[in-house]
Amino acid sequence: MSQLAHSPHAHAPVSVGKVMATVMLALVPATVFGFWLYGWPAIFLWTVCVAAALLGEAATMQLQGRPARPALLDGSALLTAWLLALSLPPWAPWWIGAIGSLFAVVVTKQVFGGLGQNVFNPAMAARVMLLISFPVEMTLWTAPAPITGLHAPGFAEAWRITFGGGAWDAMTSASLLGHVKTEFTRGVDLLSSLPGYYVPHDSVWGQRAGSLGETSALLLLFGGLYLIARRIVTWHAPVAMLLGVAVPALIANTLAPAHYLGPLPHLLSGGIVLGAFFIATDPVTSPNTATGQFIFGLGCGLLTWIIRTWGGYPEGVAFAVMLMNATTPMIDLYVKPRIYGRNRKGQSLPAAPSKKEA
Amino acid sequence: MNARTLHPFHGGVHPEEHKTESNGRPIATMPLLPCYVVPLRQHIGTPAAPMVKAGDRVLKGQMIGQAEGYVSTAVHAPTSGRILAVEPRPVPHPSGLPDLCIVIESDGEDRAVEFQPLDWRSLDPSALRNRIRDLGLAGLGGAVFPSYIKLNPGATRKVPTLILNGAECEPWITCDDRLMRERADGILRGAAAMQTMLHADEIIVGIEDNKPEAVAALQAAAKHLGLPVEVAIVPTLYPSGGGKQLAYLLTGKEMPAGGRSTDAGVQVFNVATAYSLHRAIDLGEPMLARVVTVTGHVAEPQNFEVRIGTPIGDLIRQAGGELAGATGKLIGGPMMGFELRDDAAPLTKAVNCVIVKNRKLFPAAPPAMPCIRCGECARACPALLQPFEMYWYAKAKDFGKAQSYRLFDCIECGCCSYVCPSHIPLVDFFRFAKGEIWAREREKEASEQARQRHEFHQFRLEREKQEKADKLAAKAVDRLKTVETSSSDPEAERKKAILQAAIERAQKAKEGITPKNVDGLTPQIQQEIADIEARRAQLREAAHAKDEDNA
Repeated sequence: MSQLAHSPHAHAPVSVGKVMATVMLALVPATVFGFWLYGWPAIFLWTVCVAAALLGEAATMQLQGRPARPALLDGSALLTAWLLALSLPPWAPWWIGAIGSLFAVVVTKQVFGGLGQNVFNPAMAARVMLLISFPVEMTLWTAPAPITGLHAPGFAEAWRITFGGGAWDAMTSASLLGHVKTEFTRGVDLLSSLPGYYVPHDSVWGQRAGSLGETSALLLLFGGLYLIARRIVTWHAPVAMLLGVAVPALIANTLAPAHYLGPLPHLLSGGIVLGAFFIATDPVTSPNTATGQFIFGLGCGLLTWIIRTWGGYPEGVAFAVMLMNATTPMIDLYVKPRIYGRNRKGQSLPAAPSKKEA
Repeated sequence: MNARTLHPFHGGVHPEEHKTESNGRPIATMPLLPCYVVPLRQHIGTPAAPMVKAGDRVLKGQMIGQAEGYVSTAVHAPTSGRILAVEPRPVPHPSGLPDLCIVIESDGEDRAVEFQPLDWRSLDPSALRNRIRDLGLAGLGGAVFPSYIKLNPGATRKVPTLILNGAECEPWITCDDRLMRERADGILRGAAAMQTMLHADEIIVGIEDNKPEAVAALQAAAKHLGLPVEVAIVPTLYPSGGGKQLAYLLTGKEMPAGGRSTDAGVQVFNVATAYSLHRAIDLGEPMLARVVTVTGHVAEPQNFEVRIGTPIGDLIRQAGGELAGATGKLIGGPMMGFELRDDAAPLTKAVNCVIVKNRKLFPAAPPAMPCIRCGECARACPALLQPFEMYWYAKAKDFGKAQSYRLFDCIECGCCSYVCPSHIPLVDFFRFAKGEIWAREREKEASEQARQRHEFHQFRLEREKQEKADKLAAKAVDRLKTVETSSSDPEAERKKAILQAAIERAQKAKEGITPKNVDGLTPQIQQEIADIEARRAQLREAAHAKDEDNA
């Protein structure tokens, strides 16, 4: 007998790769919808993101003298790139995707020690880096042009849009949050800027300008519920994050409807649903207890609302998540489960009062 | 069906059960073997002390090793014959190290000593417990804690709740299932004696819901024996058969960390232990045999009632032998069992199951991946620990931190490793960390003892020096007195001067030993010292007050 195994000798049929694959499966509906909605440029951008992430992962593993194969097969680089792609403007040039993916995988993850060691969510860190470094490219939105429709760019034209720096000004549009912010700076309040611009029905289905995979709240919600049903994530962080946005929005909107967006446009805009179900639930960068996850989600939601409402950027999910990522170790330090046989302070429970014999 | 409100414990896992392989056949017996090997360490605590030597003749049931110290119990000859040797032999232990065993060559007659039933209702409780100790009873659920200790309710206390553990939550194992189906009467008779000894108000038998036949058998036995026994059906969820988990499940009572189950007013015994108590008191029979499951990749998986000391290789052959493609053997279940390294190792009181492995049933563990902090381990932990945190710190050898996450509350049930998507052998890390911490404590203790010995040595040297000096001084004073009283001639004066000098020398030597730099100070200096002390005290108080403000 060459190698002795130690107990337990049985193992549940689970693996990191399977977990990642399940998350990706949950992303498929929203992604396919994004491909359909924004056409070939979106498909190219997604492909570039994935390719760059895998290359970056393989190269860093090589540099560390570690085998690249297991790291590529665990699916974490692929998932990171996928999430990043979904949060980018769908017609962004290829180098936005490439730089973002490399930054996410190499700087945010591998430099910190690889899988499981990163402090910040790689996709969100990359998005923040891109937004700060390339604000123009990162806020150029395109109006939906379904791939099956007349306005959709053909394959060659799409190639130019993604890889050739093609001109597509005619197609630009503003996201709801961007529009509201711009109108505010011009002194136009919500009562005048919103009508005709915000159509809840479109936001639910996703027929609007926005990031590649963030527009269809419904499909993302389906994906998120699937993850909860499969017990890959728990409800705590997502529900708390949605509440963190909706509750202050409701209060503010009730008090001053001309100045503050209501809960529904908040929930249906930007990356809040994607963030709640797919980003705030990232196990590596979020707390580990149910209570901790609830606090984390609440913080993500609240900060998103604050940044959206008073910040310089129209969208705040990525910033909010990163700020809360930084608090994760502290939340984990203070929020711990009560251990069996001990009280909350960790002291042994008192013995039951001994009964005297009658 | 189930009157009792259950209190589900946290976590747990449900691996494939694999019970049907072995639970269909009745408990079989084994023919007498030519040779038995009885280890002296079959229980938790101090090993039994051998009472025989090579060449002695023994009878079946004769005590051949007696309990040594408090946490210990006896071992007995499984058959009649001659002692071949008292020597280290392979034993079923994870370490694979040999341990002291008594080897008996069977004479084929199987003659037994006369067994005396115990008059347990009239015997003095303490005497009864000592008899049980000498009959070699130990818990058969796997921990093999000497039963006589657990049957002691304490000086003025009673244990209100007696729980019989028939959960048998480990996959593959069915020995308790078969025992409950076939010998429910004996189990309950044993339980009744336990109830009397512990002054328990109630008896609850906890059985997982995958053993309906066992439940029915025990319910029927309780009815016809007229015993107020409650048979509680618990969900099939590993580790519901853990003592703490079962007690919580059935009563909602938590055992304090580091305490005993009786602290919560609960005592838990395995059903097989109750059965062996019945044999002990009603028949006077020592623990000579136990029921064991032989399953996995063997021709005829089933349960056997086997004499303690039976070589496990013989046992496997009795089950039809291992099939082609076997890849090793497990002792115990797949969740907490260990690999058997030598087929010659004998069956002990602790061995409830032998599983022959093959590559399909027990595939090799895939290589471990990094921890992604998914928290599955914490959700599966029945002790509510955070295994991933303990893992980080154990891996970094930051054992203090690992302990602060209550490493020692870990029961090593294996749930965390079972669910880990990264296939990290978490329990291995915890065993490693515990071992390291124990080693360090022992080292610390040893160095503390060395320091104390050194200090005492110093003290003794000082004392001896002082005594010598005192003696010399006293002697000189005596001599001085005699010289003074004798005469006043110059010779005497000279002697007097010499003696005076000797006294002074002795005094000086004394002072040199224990520097008394605060003796004989001028009042001025004493005053100064007092002032300094007062200032220090003030400062200390101020600092203290500040600390409290900050807190």
